Amino acid sequence: MASASLDAAWIALGLSLKVALWATALDLVLGVAAGFALARLRFPGRELVDSILLLPMVLPPTVLGYYLLVVVGRRGWIGSWLEDTLGIRLVFTWQGAVLAAAIVAFPFVCKSARAAFENVDVQLEQAARVLGLGAAAVFFRITLPLAWRGILAGVLLAFARAFGEFGATLMVAGSIPGRTQTLSIAVYEAVQAGRDDLANLLVLLTSTACIAVLLLAGRLAPARIPGRS
Amino acid sequence: MPTRPDRRSLSFHFAARFVAALLVTASGLAAAADLTVSAAASLTNAFQEIGTAFEAANPGQKVQFNFAASGPLLQQIAKGAPVDVFASADQETMNQAEQQKLVVVATRTNFVRNSLVVIVPADRAPPKALADLVAPSVRQVAVGVPASVPVGRYTKAVLEKAGLWAQIEAKMIGAQSVRQVLDYVARGEVDAGFVYASDAALMPGKVRIAFTVSTEQPVLYPIAVVAASGNAATAERFVAYVASPPAQTVLARYGFGKP
Repeated sequence: MASASLDAAWIALGLSLKVALWATALDLVLGVAAGFALARLRFPGRELVDSILLLPMVLPPTVLGYYLLVVVGRRGWIGSWLEDTLGIRLVFTWQGAVLAAAIVAFPFVCKSARAAFENVDVQLEQAARVLGLGAAAVFFRITLPLAWRGILAGVLLAFARAFGEFGATLMVAGSIPGRTQTLSIAVYEAVQAGRDDLANLLVLLTSTACIAVLLLAGRLAPARIPGRS
Repeated sequence: MPTRPDRRSLSFHFAARFVAALLVTASGLAAAADLTVSAAASLTNAFQEIGTAFEAANPGQKVQFNFAASGPLLQQIAKGAPVDVFASADQETMNQAEQQKLVVVATRTNFVRNSLVVIVPADRAPPKALADLVAPSVRQVAVGVPASVPVGRYTKAVLEKAGLWAQIEAKMIGAQSVRQVLDYVARGEVDAGFVYASDAALMPGKVRIAFTVSTEQPVLYPIAVVAASGNAATAERFVAYVASPPAQTVLARYGFGKP
């Protein structure tokens, strides 16, 4: 009994980490790209795009979950296309949980990436260009290294948010033990079933994991900010 | 320099109104003479109508409902939620409530009957028997989580008796209440699901009843007054009302049977 609970808890933890890591990786690529575009490109409706991209931070997760269910569900316009052409189903799969977590956590990366890129001294980029670097080289050797610290802070927040995602995930991915039942959903279900022993174990595990993530974050991104004069 | 005092009095004004708003809310909570009924999710539509009728028959009396699967409702009552009446979708949950001395045993009555059915999305060919659900063409089956959702408990018992539980469990999508099973099937996200006949009747255009499953234990709904109710007299009146002809007519209209 106790060891079965423990096994279930470890499986849920592993799944939570897997989902959060994938979601963060997706957000890293998409969020940095979107943040860079918002910081550097001038186009009409830029602030509107910015607001729409930040929407997941403000909307209740249930609203996002409903949107996702309607769009990527088997009868949704993206969902039916995915199933018919690629045979991919997102609802009730861990990939669906990744999608939900990635959308919910996206604004954290996008917003901090935009702020970080806006803080990069454009003169340094111009100097690099004058010295003969191409656009890609300027981005990867000058801009990104200078903005990295701010982006990393956003990425860690995004990971934390994805790790704790509950509402949208439950609506899109359901609660299938071992497949889509992440820690936060396992806690909910244990409480619903009156299994306080399992719930206690799960919340202790979650709290410990979160403290570990925070400690790791402190290691990766020391508080000292490199002197910018 | 009148601006500063003005601004200060303005913020004081807002603070006072904020505190007043809080006090009003708090007094609203304290004077909760309203009747709170925690009822199984499958009763949602019928009980909302019965609540309105009960309010009309008892002027000044307000009824508020808390609908969810019976398991979590029991947990809430056990943890001290201010509930006056509890109606569950199975005997098992009410038995647990009785064992934990959460309900007044003398007030417990069975007020309605239901049946377990297998439903499929309306555009799919319905299976004919439980064994058909094992076929690979049925990829996912929605079942209420047996640990906390009565319809899941009935489903598990039936499938275990038929020797099919292991096969169905492998493709089971656990739902948090019978209404979630209904929603999954209506959206076509799963190929089949187990709900009560009264739930299936709510969405005739979206789901189709494949067949009725006979359960070993009849699906009988018990109702009882919660022991910790501060409103026991009204609670008893509500329990009696649910068994009365007007309420039974409403329940029958939603597809429930007599107990």
